[in-house]
Amino acid sequence: MTVSSNTRSRRKNLLLDIMLFVICVLLLMPLLLLIANGFKTPQEILVWPPTILPKDPTLENFHRVFSETPLFRWIFNSLSFALLSMIAIVITSTLAGYVVAKFQFWTINVIFTLFLATAIIPFEVYMIPLYFQVKALGALNSIGGLLIGYLVMSFGIFLIRQNVIAAVPDELIEAARIDGAGEFWIFWHIVVPLLKGPIAALSVLAFFQAWTTFAWPIVVLTRKTAFTIEVGLANFQSAYTVDLALLSAASAAVMVPSVLVFVLLRRSFVEGIAASGMKE
Amino acid sequence: MVSSALFAAPNSNLEGKDKVSRKKRFWFAIIAILPTFAIFGWVRMFPIAETLRLSLFEWNLLSRNKPFVGLENFRELFQDDQFLDAIINTAAIAFGAMAVTIPVSMVLAAVIYHRTRSRFAGFYETAVFIPHVVSLVPAAMAWKWVFDAKLGPLNRLIVAFGGEAQPWLFDPVLSVICIILLVSWQTLGYGVLIYLVGFRNLPKSVYEAARLDGANGVQSFFFMSVPLLKPITLYVSVVTLISGFNVYAQAFILASDTQGAPGRLVRVLVLDMLENSFQNFRVGYAAAEAVILLVIVLVLTGVQFGLLRQRGRK
Repeated sequence: MTVSSNTRSRRKNLLLDIMLFVICVLLLMPLLLLIANGFKTPQEILVWPPTILPKDPTLENFHRVFSETPLFRWIFNSLSFALLSMIAIVITSTLAGYVVAKFQFWTINVIFTLFLATAIIPFEVYMIPLYFQVKALGALNSIGGLLIGYLVMSFGIFLIRQNVIAAVPDELIEAARIDGAGEFWIFWHIVVPLLKGPIAALSVLAFFQAWTTFAWPIVVLTRKTAFTIEVGLANFQSAYTVDLALLSAASAAVMVPSVLVFVLLRRSFVEGIAASGMKE
Repeated sequence: MVSSALFAAPNSNLEGKDKVSRKKRFWFAIIAILPTFAIFGWVRMFPIAETLRLSLFEWNLLSRNKPFVGLENFRELFQDDQFLDAIINTAAIAFGAMAVTIPVSMVLAAVIYHRTRSRFAGFYETAVFIPHVVSLVPAAMAWKWVFDAKLGPLNRLIVAFGGEAQPWLFDPVLSVICIILLVSWQTLGYGVLIYLVGFRNLPKSVYEAARLDGANGVQSFFFMSVPLLKPITLYVSVVTLISGFNVYAQAFILASDTQGAPGRLVRVLVLDMLENSFQNFRVGYAAAEAVILLVIVLVLTGVQFGLLRQRGRK
């Protein structure tokens, strides 16, 4: 390759990099400004053009949010709901995915196919009858009630099944059986350690799914102390529509930690999502 | 198929032991999978069946009798202006978001893939993906400010460039466009991610050959990547459409003020359904709406499978 074409392609790449960089910053801009607005005084929030670094940063908005709303309570509710849902989904998906992959009993396969077929049905379709089931149990306004909608995940079973087929050789299981190992021992000591990657990916997916869900909690939770953070914020924003700085502070307080967690766990997350695209 | 491999025992030279271990294995499988199956039946199959059943009844939540009305709920729905408004808005949001997401995420993914070796590659992927993981409510609140008629940066930018400020969240058409923008901003990261997987799986040799034949980057994008990635485009389109038909939080935050300046309410399907069920106490009627949502989703999925199969046959 000649020198001139080399520099030309380098210049082109630099241009592409700048373009991508600008696009990324623009995409993040609403969130960055939201965070910045949380630290601004009511006067500075009206300034045009908006400042990304507040000139006179204040924590006043955060003080007010935490004193006027049970924000910590809401975060606690969301966290417990998301963690419990994650644990339930990981346990049910791992067990079921392993069985479906390695135990070829036709009864199990038929039922599994039936359940997998329901994966395309959105939650919103069967939310109302599910609400009455939760109500009958007296579990409205509780984390248990919320959880009922998020105990299983069809895609989770599918993800584990694919990974068991790809990563757990039959010979290994058979060898353990010949050595006299019990089935649960094999599952726990041989299969689970081989599935660390997919289990991590599934955990992150399940956690974020519960953390960000909106329609189900808004139906099940009506008491302020039982709100998840999403429902709490939504109600808060309709009550304080005029107080922009306060709303921004509340949103930022919730958003920043979850974005940080995402950036830390990015690889697992991306793996899980990418796997979902490879369905067929 | 399933029946021929009833028992997957590879080493069958241990005939005697085999029967015992088969039985043991069967019981392990049952015990391990039973909780999951039970939960599935309880929280998914049952309520789905209930939705279908309730849609044929009239039930006001309080009274004991639930008269069977057949398809009356559906007939009424198609004469209900609010429902028709909801379904038109929802369809506009779903198809609008798809029309924005597909081309933009494909081009972005192509450029990011091209710059895989850039030291910023990780940043690009993360930055594009963050809107997809941020909780809906804070994200919608950020955009609500962007679209704000008086204080919002969007109007100020328009005015700064000599345009005319628009009542973004107050106008019936503009507020739907705002929701489309918000939804697209959120699904973009998902689209880019799936397309990136697609680009990475494309055969490199074909591109190499095209380059030697003198095709430039834009040409090979349009004449090779676009057709080769068709299955992925189909998949992302259907996922975007289905999630678009379930839009709720975005409309709830962006376009439904209960206090202060009254923003215009953008009625969407899920909102209409919940309102009918829990405010108007018409559960059967709401279940009929849910059934319509189900039918839409099934049709979209069916179309996807049909198109994929057609491709496979060619």
